[in-house]
Amino acid sequence: MSDSFAVMIVVATIASGIRLATPFLLASLGEALGQRSGVLNLGVDGVMLLGAFSAYYTVLQTNNLYYGLLVGIVVGLASGIFYGFITLNLQAEQGVSGIGIYLFGLGMSDLLFQKFVGTPRPILPFMPLDIPVLSGLPIVGEMLFQHSIIVYIAFGLVPLMSFVLYRTTYGLNIRAIGENPEAADSLGVSVMATRYSAIIVGNGLAGLAGAALAIELGIFQQNLTNAMGFIAIALVYFGAWSPKGVMIGSLVFGMVQSIVLQCKTFGVIPRSASDLAAMAPAIITILALVIVAKRFKQPSALTKPYVRGG
Amino acid sequence: MKKFSLSLSAVLLALFLLCPTLLLASGKALRVAIIAPSAQNDLAFTQSIVEGIKAIQKDREIDLAITDGTFVVEDAAAAIRDYAKKGYDLVIAHGSQYGGSLKEIAPDFPDTAFAWGTAADTFGLPNVSSYEAASDEGGYVMGVMAAAMSKKGGVGVVGPIEVGDAKLYVDGFVQGAKAQNPKIRAKVNYIGSFSDVALAAEAARAHIAAGADVLTGTAQMVVGAIGAARSKRVAWFGTQANQTELAPEIVVASQVYKWEVILKKIIADMDNGVKGGRMYDINLANNGIVIEFNDAYKLAPGVKEAGMKAIEGIKDGSIKTGHRQ
Repeated sequence: MSDSFAVMIVVATIASGIRLATPFLLASLGEALGQRSGVLNLGVDGVMLLGAFSAYYTVLQTNNLYYGLLVGIVVGLASGIFYGFITLNLQAEQGVSGIGIYLFGLGMSDLLFQKFVGTPRPILPFMPLDIPVLSGLPIVGEMLFQHSIIVYIAFGLVPLMSFVLYRTTYGLNIRAIGENPEAADSLGVSVMATRYSAIIVGNGLAGLAGAALAIELGIFQQNLTNAMGFIAIALVYFGAWSPKGVMIGSLVFGMVQSIVLQCKTFGVIPRSASDLAAMAPAIITILALVIVAKRFKQPSALTKPYVRGG
Repeated sequence: MKKFSLSLSAVLLALFLLCPTLLLASGKALRVAIIAPSAQNDLAFTQSIVEGIKAIQKDREIDLAITDGTFVVEDAAAAIRDYAKKGYDLVIAHGSQYGGSLKEIAPDFPDTAFAWGTAADTFGLPNVSSYEAASDEGGYVMGVMAAAMSKKGGVGVVGPIEVGDAKLYVDGFVQGAKAQNPKIRAKVNYIGSFSDVALAAEAARAHIAAGADVLTGTAQMVVGAIGAARSKRVAWFGTQANQTELAPEIVVASQVYKWEVILKKIIADMDNGVKGGRMYDINLANNGIVIEFNDAYKLAPGVKEAGMKAIEGIKDGSIKTGHRQ
């Protein structure tokens, strides 16, 4: 293998890892926000599926990718209102209601697909964004700056969410009600409103993750996410509930997937070990989770409904 | 009087015993259930069996029930048992992964005919038939054409898990490509999933980065790989169903399964009182497998001819692919 070819493969592997990490990053950022406020949402995958179908169908009808993204986000936001009503107003058990949302999203997205589309029909996917100067850089350009706009949105959200969480009053409120809602309430912070907003934005990001996936692939299929939402939840724990940590977790997961793919393509991993190698990203995530979980503490009020004076 | 009563009893008994066969033969709607892992319109594995039954419905009244999307084997097992309980005449478990469940369920319903595939094992049960596709034959033909049209000398395959029909197709494709051009780089990537569309797309991109300019793939998740190939304008060979409509600009040809060829035999055997114990297969020779070309795709001279020659060779036995070796 010549040096230039080897460099080309490394570049392709890293670029692929970034693409694979993107939907995980968007979904886990949203989940991290909700969990920071004390609400666990196991329905991320279902919301992603609803976002994916609605975005796909919108693009199919309008041929406008941005309308698709927008509708995906709106569907996610609406799911957030619904989930907020269930967990905050009705105070349903979060784990079970999250699974309910997942099953609803899985079934409804498939039902709508069968009803309104039927056979998979391709849509035009996002084209790589041409960033002046940067896209043309040797090696780095192809690796980092020849992605679709959704990749930049996802990674751009990491510093934005860090800023909101750690540098604004709103972020402080979210962290406070995730740790000690009684104390935050006594200081005049509305637990209900803050949790509602975190859940709604979090679900909006899950909807965006699904929309990004469908548009990036240019297709929708039953269970398109293939349980990505559940991996995203694990990545929140992996990333210790911080946007930066979640980004690192998503990148690790995406990169391992990409490296395994390349190794299989070049026969480095023998075919007999192919299925075993496919488990590598999950195994590495679990190992990392075991290590990280011991070092960091989850938000104290996570999964606990808040009742004033209760 | 006694003689008459005995005769009448004998006639009634004979009618009772022959009843199921007579009802089937007399044109009463045959109740058929399909349990399949992916969506019935997946342009791949599941769609092919649904279209097979629908083709038979043109000539015969069939009451068809479909449970699709049962990637979870336990869900499929529950559906298989449920259809058998409801008295369906033929229950088709369309997935190699359902074999274990069928082996347990079929003995509980001796009056129901079960068929499953793609596989070549009836478990020694009298009411279980198995069926498979000689997809290596179509794979071989595709491999020959892919190697003939590759300018870079590299072809790539995106596979799910190395089992059953997928393995046959992939092995056949590689064999055909090597037969056409012994120096061809034919790389195979089994992604380890039948349903991970995003991973299939990245596997296709990995092949393209590694120098492949013609791709193929099998199973439901290849819609992602086809999308990746389309965005890079890399030629694609389809299998299981005609995939041209997914990307008319890059799909060269598709190996299409015509399951109706063996389903007709299974039903005819049922009419004759045989509920199972037999193995069936579709192949190029019995027209259960056909190669459908995308006429809109302009092929270089000699490519289609190489494919047609391979088809004839397989049909007349001068070319042996994995399935028949």
